[in-house]
This record gives sequence, structure tokens and C-alpha cells, in this order.
Amino acid sequence: MGINYIQPGFIVLRDQNRCIRCRVCERQCSNEVHRYDEDDNIMLADESGCVDCQRCVSLCPTHALAITENPNHLRQNANWSNQLIYENYRQAESGGMLLSAMGNPLPFPVYWDKILLNASQVTNPSIDPLREPMETRVSLGSKPKRLEIENGILKTKLPVNLQLNVPIMFSAMSYGSISKNAHESLARAATELGTYYNTGEGGLHEDFYKYGSNTIVQVASGRFGVHSGYLMAGSAIEIKMGQGAKPGIGGHLPSGKVKEDVSRTRMIPMGSDAISPAPHHDIYSIEDLRQLVYSLKEATRYTKPVFVKIAAVHNVAAIASGIARSGADVIVIDGFRGGTGAAPTRIRDNVGIPIELALAAVDQRLRDEGIRNDVSVVVAGSIRCASDAVKAIALGADACYIGTAALLALGCHLCRDCHSGKCNWGIATQRPELVKRLNPEIGYKRLVNLVSAWDHEIKEMMGGMGINAIDSLRGNRLMLRGVGINEKELQILGIKHAGE
Amino acid sequence: MLLMEGETRIPSGCAIVGLISRKGRMIPGDTAVKAIAVMHDRSNGLGGGFAGYGIYPQYKDLYAFHIFYYNQKAKEQTEEFLNSHFDIECLNNIEIRRLPNIIDEPVIMRYFVAPAQLKLKSSQLDEREFVARCVIRINSEIDGAYVFSSGKNMGVFKAVGYPEDVGEFYRLEEYQGYSWTAHGRYPTNTPGWWGGAHPFGLLDYTIVHNGEISSYDANRRFLEMYGYRCKLLTDTEVITYIFDYLNRRSGLPLEEISNIVCARFWDEIDRMPEEERRKHEAYRSVYSSLLINGPFSIILGFSGGIMALNDRLKLRSMVAAEKDDMVYVASEECAIREICPSPDRVWSPRGGEPVIARLEEGGRN
Repeated sequence: MGINYIQPGFIVLRDQNRCIRCRVCERQCSNEVHRYDEDDNIMLADESGCVDCQRCVSLCPTHALAITENPNHLRQNANWSNQLIYENYRQAESGGMLLSAMGNPLPFPVYWDKILLNASQVTNPSIDPLREPMETRVSLGSKPKRLEIENGILKTKLPVNLQLNVPIMFSAMSYGSISKNAHESLARAATELGTYYNTGEGGLHEDFYKYGSNTIVQVASGRFGVHSGYLMAGSAIEIKMGQGAKPGIGGHLPSGKVKEDVSRTRMIPMGSDAISPAPHHDIYSIEDLRQLVYSLKEATRYTKPVFVKIAAVHNVAAIASGIARSGADVIVIDGFRGGTGAAPTRIRDNVGIPIELALAAVDQRLRDEGIRNDVSVVVAGSIRCASDAVKAIALGADACYIGTAALLALGCHLCRDCHSGKCNWGIATQRPELVKRLNPEIGYKRLVNLVSAWDHEIKEMMGGMGINAIDSLRGNRLMLRGVGINEKELQILGIKHAGE
Repeated sequence: MLLMEGETRIPSGCAIVGLISRKGRMIPGDTAVKAIAVMHDRSNGLGGGFAGYGIYPQYKDLYAFHIFYYNQKAKEQTEEFLNSHFDIECLNNIEIRRLPNIIDEPVIMRYFVAPAQLKLKSSQLDEREFVARCVIRINSEIDGAYVFSSGKNMGVFKAVGYPEDVGEFYRLEEYQGYSWTAHGRYPTNTPGWWGGAHPFGLLDYTIVHNGEISSYDANRRFLEMYGYRCKLLTDTEVITYIFDYLNRRSGLPLEEISNIVCARFWDEIDRMPEEERRKHEAYRSVYSSLLINGPFSIILGFSGGIMALNDRLKLRSMVAAEKDDMVYVASEECAIREICPSPDRVWSPRGGEPVIARLEEGGRN
């Protein structure tokens, strides 16, 4: 091994005056960055493994540590960023595809940040959620065209719907990609909040069947862990056709993460790579999707709504319309910023479209076809805060999925190194010594806190708009105004510019 | 540039009155004028109007179209359309009294029409749907023409001005009806357009409304899936279409419709007995986009009755009263006492609790 082409991305700054050589940083770092030099009684660092996960910084009792960007730079080039150059070095070395984790970090437009909300003044009172009822309950699922009432009694039999106390659910993250403790935290939080978490494509651990009434079980192209007991265990079934972080390709759980429990849950041999194919090999067209939807409904005796999740791609509106006519009860659209445990970098960073535009297009298309009320629409792919959720609902969503935000509540520092399996926060790892760092007892409470806080904020914003039920926010685009975006973007979003 | 009504959304505050004789006794239109005039300060001279039911007994089987024309071309186009879709039994100018306070009036025509049988048959629609679609088509496609009343044996009269002047302008003392609704408008930002005044009507449904609904766009975008075109961008228009959609097209009774537009709170639904709870859950699930949110008090006029309704939180004033066979509703009690000094009962309906008064069995219609 000759020249080292790739320099560490980060530098450990250690204040030796503060450092007490407790060696906690050394014990905590699964990337083996810190080490103790006994001869000199000093802590040293080799940053080549550092991913800036901030675990050492957070646990240092004397605040002696800081991690910073490596000031070393290649010669500035507006076309060839340092990142690109290093990536080429890496590929020249390995001959492989680049892998990345979490959502697309590149500076594409974030439309949430270019949309502003309305508030009541004078002609219409704002409503104070502390003093008046303020409702954020949502029901997801297909609705009949009309209701038949005879002598005050409902005659129509409704399809099964999910009731959410808050318009926020936890999106699909498989057991395998994240740890058992992370799953337990999500399941318990969903139960306490009166909402749902999603198993992802890795099956359902036997310990978590008891949370079934707040669980959505996923069926993906690899069919990992899918059996009739699993389908019956949840409250709804989600067919994963695509994922915002990697539209057009399947998933890959590296063999290192397939330990005993994961292997049993997924029903695959220990230590084997879990590779989901890019397409479902029984779905090569929309009519095949319909067959899968109804197979799952038959298998569960029409007691579970079926979600179909797709990545936001160019033709998303037409695809969604097809799905709405294929027996699906809920359409999930996952934007290009959506997170992942591992995806080819080039795909994560270059495929798919922003969720804001996809949602606006889908909602309008379903309305143009008169079928918007037949199905529910859920969006995912970077709902970062309560105001994003409010804007999504006003654009036309029934509810949102959050993934990255939920992981943040569990301690994720968004270092984007999930694919290594060495998550120091015990989230995206299967190593027992790391997994135990995430205490589900604390984790679930933090998730409950996060979503409750968002719910309060959603209510406060709704009240400001003079709305006391989320029903009246859905699709209420008059509550939105764009700033600094062009006519075409406004037209697709179906909103006016601020000042109009 | 100042945008006209229909080009921008204009909120407004207002005064409303509704009255009905349940025995079907005929009440002259100026009774409603007197009541609404008391609440002069709740309007600002930019719109007033009335709806009377039972006013055209001699033509009670024909649709009475009241139409504003802003230019000759619109009139020609509209009459061509009417001639090809309807048999026109009778047409005339609506008689008016010139007043200094009512200016810029369009040409105001009245037609008594029946759908042309061949056209109706080939459309494969039921008669009321056919008429409703024709009205929506004229209003959205012929520039300068506006059908502002289209029911049987009823009529809307409205203008830019204070309601008491509007009543005088239309000589309402010459009309007699078993029920009347009235409206004084306080739009916050409008050049004032005759079509934008209330009541808003489609077929025999009329709405007078006080408030500004915050669910407007959610309601509008839902309705537009079902063929409605919200052209005026006003609350009244969208509320009328909601009632038309739920009552006429979906066949739901008015008593139940109030449970949709003023849905019960989840807190209350959760405590209901099973069957009741399932019904209200279904309303909130299937028709959640038709919940009307924000402050409003409305009076729906329809053939044979009126229905008054407040928003769920009762953010707008509304008082009801009874005297013998009469039922009154108004934004303020003073309006009722002006025409009925000592009612038998006066009450303030709770938010979301409808007041429905109908002609009694055998009452004249």
C-alpha cells in the first residue's frame, strides 16, 4: 500500500488541559479513532475511521472534545468538489459502487422552506388550542363513494380504516437495518401515541407481535419474514414498490448484520446477504399489483387496509392514479430526500423528485380524476418538523411518515454511516455491545415526546389559521403561499405567491 | 390592479335573517326588509339581498331564472343557450324602483322555463341535475351573464347596496312568500359586485351566510371533483354547493348534514353508543373534506323550509325565536323583535345544532 489518496474528513480537537484520560471516548468509539498512550499518559486519535457521529463528544465528561471538518483541502474547483474527487479515488481503489446512508444531502431545493403558512387576522378569529377543542385525528383507508342513511341509521358497510390520533406515523425501517431496541422503541411509542410504526421489509420479531394493533407490516420484493401469521399480526399491510432514497432498485442488508435473531425473523440463513430484488418478480405491471393487493386482502379476510408505497419519480401522478384503481386503500409517496440504511450513492443523490412536487401533482391528479376521496395519501421522504407536516397536509396529504426525525429522537446524529453496521448510538447496528446503548425505555419516551411536541405545534398552527380539525387543513392550499419560487413551481404546487 | 369578485377571494362579515310561517301563510317581503334594516351597522353598503319562497304560485312548476346581464352579447349568448335547452314560458324584466343609493345596475331579467324534453332525455340526467348543470355552465362560460336564482316558486333578489335599499329597489313589498331569508354584507376588500351579494342560490337552495370559513379551499377542492365550479370564490357559493351535493345528490337528510358540516367532536363521538358512534365516525371519515371550519352562521332556504346553523364553536352570533307558527332566526335578537315584539320563545342555538323549520303537513307551498 503506497500513497494514501484519501484524507480523513474530520479532525478530533482535544483540549489536553480538560482531558482526564478516563478513556470513555476510546471505549465508545466503534470506529477505533481514540487510543490511550500509556507512556505519555495522553489520549491520541487516528481520524481515518471518524464519521463525526459525536458519540465521544456527547459522552466526554469534561467537554474536552470537538470534532471539526478537516481543514485540509484539495485545490478549490467549482466543478470538481473535494467530495467528487475523493469518490473517484475510492472507486479507483475498490472498483465498486459507492454506498451511502440516510437521505440525499445535496443542496437541491427544499420546497418546504419556500412555502409560508397563513394566519387569521380580524375577519376571522384564530382559535386557541389551550381553550378550544383542536382535532388532529385522521382515518386512513379507502372510503365509499357515498353513505346510505335510513331513518338516522347508517346502512353502508365501510372498509376497515386506521385511526391515527396524530397525523404522524413512523416509516418503514427494517429489523436488520436498525436494531431490536430501536424497533421496540418505535413500537411502544406508536402504541402510546395512538399511531403506527412500520416493520419495514425485515419481518416482525416475535417479541413485538404484541404491538400488532399499532403495527403496519411490510411486504417487499424480497418477501423477507412474510408468512400468514405476520400478515395477520399487523393492523395494515404495506406493499413496498419503491423507496425514495433508491428508486428503481432493491435493498441490500449486508451479511454482517444478519445475526441469529435477524436471520430467524427474516427467514434466511445466518450470515447471508439479504438482497431484495429491484422489482417484485410477480409484479411487472399494474394489473399484477392489483393481484397482489387482493391476494393480501384475501389472505387477511379483508380485515387490513393495504398500503402501496412508491418512490416519487417523474411520472408519479399517473402511477398513483393507477394504484388508486388497483384496490389499494392508501398510497404512500416517498420523496427523494428519504432516508435509507444503505443505498448506492449515485442513485440516492440523483434519482427521484422532491416530495412536495410529487405530492402536489398526485393530489391534483387524483382530484382531476374524481378519485381522491377513494384513497388516502401518506407522504414520506423528509418531513423534518411540524411545519413540514402542516404544509404537506395543506398540499393534500392525509398523514406523514417520519423516519429520520424519529431516529434523531433516538439519538441519531445523522453521520450517514448506517451501512457500516457500526452505529455508535445503537440504532443502525446489530452488534450486541452497541445495541444495548439504546435503552428502549428511554427511547420510546423520547419518541413520544417528539411526536407530542409536533402535535402541539400542529394544533397551534391550525388554530392560527382558524381551523379546529385537521380535516379542514387537508388539501387547503389557500393556506399556503410560495416565496422565491418561479411560476412553474407555483403552478405545480397549486399555490399562489406571497403577496397575491 | 383591483381584482373583481371571482378573481380573488373576498372574506366578509355580515347580518342575516330568516323567517318562515310553518302554516304556509303568505308574508310580504318587506317584513324581512324591516328586520334586516335594524342591523344596518353589520353591513357596509356593498351588498344586500333576499330570497323568498312561495312567491311565484302562478308558475310554481317552472324554474324561475333571475339573470344579471352586463352586456348585450352575454344576453344574446345566454338566450340562445336557454332557447336550445329550455322551453321559455315567460320572460320579463324584473321590476325595480330607481334609487339614488343603488347604482350601476345590470340588466336584470326573469325567465320562467321548463327543460326542453328532448334535450333532457338525451342528457340522461334527472331534471334537477340537468338544470343545475345548465346554470353552472352559463355562469362559468358566458362572460357577463350570471344566473343568480334558479329554483321553482322562489326567487333571489340582490344588489350592491344596503339591504333595506335593495329591498326597496326590488319592490319586495309586492311579493308574498311563506318564508324569507335576508342578508346584509360587509365584505372586507371588494369593489362590490352584484353577483357576489347574498343569497347565493342553486336550484331552490339558497344560502345567506355571516362569517369567513377557513376550510374554504378544502371544501372547494373536494366539490370540484364532482362537477361543481366555484367561480365566485366566496364562502356562500361553496356552502350552497355542499348542501346541494349532500342533500340533493347524495340523498342525505338535512338533520344528518349538520353532523357532517358541523361534525361532532371526537371526544363526543368516542362516548356514543356503538351504532351512533359508527355513524359519526363514518361521516368524519367519508365526508371529512366537507366539514365547514371557522366562524359562520348560515341560513339555508329550500322549498318548504329553512335551516339555520352555527359553526361548531359558535364563533358567530345567531339567535332563534318562535311565535305561534312563525320561526325566526337572525344574527341579533333586535332584528327579530323589530318584526315580532313578543316572541313565545327566544333561544341561542348551540354551535353545530341546526334549527330546522318546515311547512306543516297541509301547509301551503
